Amino acid sequence: MVLTRLSAVELAQKLRTKDVSAVEVVEAHLERIAAIDGVVADGDVWRAVPADELTSRDIHAYLHVTAAAAREHAADVDRRRAAGDDLGPLAGVPLALKDVLTMRGAPTTVGSRMLEGWLPPYDATVTERLRAADLVVLGKTNMDEFAMGSSTENSAYGPTRNPWDLGRVPGGSSGGSAAAVAGLMAPLSIGTDTGGSIRQPAALTGIVGAKPTYGTVSRYGLVAFASSLDQAGPFARTVEDAAHLQTLIHGHDPRDSTSITDTPADLLTTLRDGIDGLRIGVVTELQGDGYEPGVRRVFEQALERFERLGAKIVEVSLPHAGYGLPAYYLIAPSEASSNLARFDGVRYGLRVDAPTAEEMNAATRAAGFGPEVKRRIMIGTHALSSGYYDAYYLQASKVRTLIARDFASAFEQADVLVSPTSPTVAFGLGDKTADPLAMYLNDVATVPASLAGTPALSLPAGTAEAPDAPQATLPVGLQIMAPLLRDDLMYRVGWAFESDLGFTPIPAGDTAVEVA
Amino acid sequence: MSATTMSGEPISATTAAEHGVDLLQGDTGEWELVVGLEVHVELQTRTKMWCGCSTDFGADPNTNVCPVCTGQPGALPVVNEQAVRDATLLGLALNGEIAPICRFHRKNYFYPDLAKNYQISQYDVPLVNDGWLDVEVPTGDGQSVSRRVRIERLHMEEDTGKSLHVGDTGRLHGADRSLIDYNRCGIPLLEIVSRPDIHDADTAQAYLRELQSIVRATGVSDARMEEGSIRCDANVSVRRPGDELGTRTEIKNLNSIRSLGRAIAYEAQRQIGVIEDGGTIVMETRHWDEGRGVTETLRVKESVTDYRYFPDPDLVEITSPAEKVEAIRTLLPELPAASRARLGEAGVTPEQAAAIIATGLLPWFDDAVAAGADGAAAANWLVGDIAGQLSAEGLRIEAAGLTGAHVAELIALIEDGTLSTKLAKQVVAGVIDARGAKGPAQVAEDQGLRQVSDEGELRTIVEQVVAANADTVEAIRGGNDKAIGALVGQVMKETRGQADPRKTNELLREVIG
Repeated sequence: MVLTRLSAVELAQKLRTKDVSAVEVVEAHLERIAAIDGVVADGDVWRAVPADELTSRDIHAYLHVTAAAAREHAADVDRRRAAGDDLGPLAGVPLALKDVLTMRGAPTTVGSRMLEGWLPPYDATVTERLRAADLVVLGKTNMDEFAMGSSTENSAYGPTRNPWDLGRVPGGSSGGSAAAVAGLMAPLSIGTDTGGSIRQPAALTGIVGAKPTYGTVSRYGLVAFASSLDQAGPFARTVEDAAHLQTLIHGHDPRDSTSITDTPADLLTTLRDGIDGLRIGVVTELQGDGYEPGVRRVFEQALERFERLGAKIVEVSLPHAGYGLPAYYLIAPSEASSNLARFDGVRYGLRVDAPTAEEMNAATRAAGFGPEVKRRIMIGTHALSSGYYDAYYLQASKVRTLIARDFASAFEQADVLVSPTSPTVAFGLGDKTADPLAMYLNDVATVPASLAGTPALSLPAGTAEAPDAPQATLPVGLQIMAPLLRDDLMYRVGWAFESDLGFTPIPAGDTAVEVA
Repeated sequence: MSATTMSGEPISATTAAEHGVDLLQGDTGEWELVVGLEVHVELQTRTKMWCGCSTDFGADPNTNVCPVCTGQPGALPVVNEQAVRDATLLGLALNGEIAPICRFHRKNYFYPDLAKNYQISQYDVPLVNDGWLDVEVPTGDGQSVSRRVRIERLHMEEDTGKSLHVGDTGRLHGADRSLIDYNRCGIPLLEIVSRPDIHDADTAQAYLRELQSIVRATGVSDARMEEGSIRCDANVSVRRPGDELGTRTEIKNLNSIRSLGRAIAYEAQRQIGVIEDGGTIVMETRHWDEGRGVTETLRVKESVTDYRYFPDPDLVEITSPAEKVEAIRTLLPELPAASRARLGEAGVTPEQAAAIIATGLLPWFDDAVAAGADGAAAANWLVGDIAGQLSAEGLRIEAAGLTGAHVAELIALIEDGTLSTKLAKQVVAGVIDARGAKGPAQVAEDQGLRQVSDEGELRTIVEQVVAANADTVEAIRGGNDKAIGALVGQVMKETRGQADPRKTNELLREVIG
């Protein structure tokens, strides 16, 4: 029995029956992290090796591994279980947190030099809820700086590699959380999704990732990129695991004004109900040109599978979806330009000294932010400027409203909508770093649901070759989008699809991940 | 740039003629002064605008802070419902219309004491629109004239922290280093913007005084200028009568109502001088230097500062349905105008009424009257000797323990002849010394302060004094009436000041014959 290959539900079962202890589960994962991730496995908090010392065999999913705290928490869970305490359904199961959520006891860097070494004085609501449910946090994962990127190459601490092919990216911005789960270094992890930052890396690493309905998961303690879009959500290797994890983190939080007071949908009761008779909408605008042939082929096969499972395929249109990407790349940077203003060297994080406060601010920001962050701050600052606001920010906000209406009318014709998650399979490290627009295009299919606030899930639909590697076997993601607050529906459709497909979400081939 | 309000409509100003205000005389003709005031009021909610931190004034630096008000990464604001209710109440007191739906915007600018480097404020849809205030402006002859000043808007925002600049100048420029106290950061703040309906310094002062009184009456803030819980900036311009609005300057650092008046008067003359000398007024922020009595350039507004306002995505809209507004309206207390009218009917002079309301003594006045005191007498004591003694001691009336009942008791002791006015003042001092633990009667008894008005007793003393001062008595009989004062003084001395002065006078005249 290889503990790191088990799903969270399987681990929870074995923990409940005391076949294994939480400490054993944690040790198995720490051992694997130490073997393949490129960390200095020493001390209470293990650190990733510096970017210039990483090798091409280091996955580099984690920035910090909270080894001592994880062991301690696991031992405590074991003690309480032995004492007969009533523990949560996933008590003792380990998980990884994207380094954008605050957690006491370890640094939160957001993948940036700006917050290098910053020890947050408080726990994010998501962190608090996971700990209360006795999930054991293994560490904080790598990400594109301030969650801006689609490949995790924008991390100030070096890129994360895709466990399926170490020469390729895991997607982003939650690439570290995705690679940790795909690389068997955690059964579960938390990412955040602003324009696809959970779904796209899930697709590129062959795992399940979900963006819950905006407002159902608290943003308190989530270092903001774009407040009106940011949403934390689960990564897992099975749909069921993801549904369990989302269940633990969603629900109203009075510390977040945008948190929805409605009781979130029950994701588990209807999970196995099947999809016989459901109408599955294929979005006209989210397919065709721009999607790789391999991706299109796997998507076609997915539609056939849905039909075999008794669903009805209907063609629906999101007429304004084509404006989604430009609207997103105005709204998100606009909010970011304001959200990131607080990083000024005054209260926390990096400070580069200079004679005046203003010069200190400028020098700190020049040194602390990477090129993509600076680019987006400049785009956003421009879009909000007097004289440009109406043409850019306001216009983009109107497009957003239109897209939300498009979704509302599409959901009158279909119960869920589907599309490929990403137009491409995992691409090579460095392939798109010189061309920001090519990188942005990777978000074309995920951004519309972000703008509409609707829940969306990505799960593996099969594998395909890459345009640059005809022999390659790389995962392809299927995106399932559901109406607002109907997260249950996307999980139900996803579970039916997954059960029938029988995908094994564990990388194969001659890679570093084969140590287990 | 043409002058417009924040919502984009052209600014409409009243004229001096409409308000019966004199024009200013320059070397080249007459000028009309146009002033609009921006007043900030710190609300006295228990907690800050977006978090649960205390709003207590005077705590050690950076002790009333948390992740939210220090702008820690990931922290989020949650609106203080009490602040919204308070703002609504004040908006109604200012005759404003409450927006059924309003929202918060971010005002983006970098400043070290602004924790997030944006201020959460309101922009296109403030909580309150279109109010007005009728202010009584003294005309110098004991009379006053009523003028209406329209209020464009009242909006909610948050206060900033305080910077302390360590170095020679005490100001940012030239400082060696700066320290920041974030205790004030995030305290709920209201901004009340008047229309440019003010045409002289007296009206500006009366407006600020009236606004301060209304804020206090509603109980949303103690509105103390010296503690910064009410602050005022003045937008000042001049124009030829009938012309478009002139370019305005914004004057800051107005630390008292007196400063406001002086600064406006100075700035009007400065602007007239500049224009008459062939210059033009630059749109800028000017600093009032209280010591030198001048305004100086603080910063020139290069074009207009671009605050890149946009709706704050961390907050949701505030809804104020009619039933909520009406429920708040029922909480409106008696406002100063009504109080003034009531005090007038109780025999209080307009000046004293204004002083009672402005200094927050109305509850004491009401309590005194309720305890049986005559209104005019209670007002006399409250704004006269009591206010004077408190001011000399640096005490607020509540800290001194003085109650309205004490005032009534004091007046009763005077009326029944137990105390003279002079003795009564000593009794007030005694009550203050005891911090209210002893009432006037108790103090008088303990200190043996009792007016000697018993005729027999007083007559004996008067006769002794007359006998011992034959020369003076001779002088009085010779027609030097003023000399009687010396004899009254002697009697007072003999009675340790407790003789009834009126009665002493009568007896002296009687005995001297």
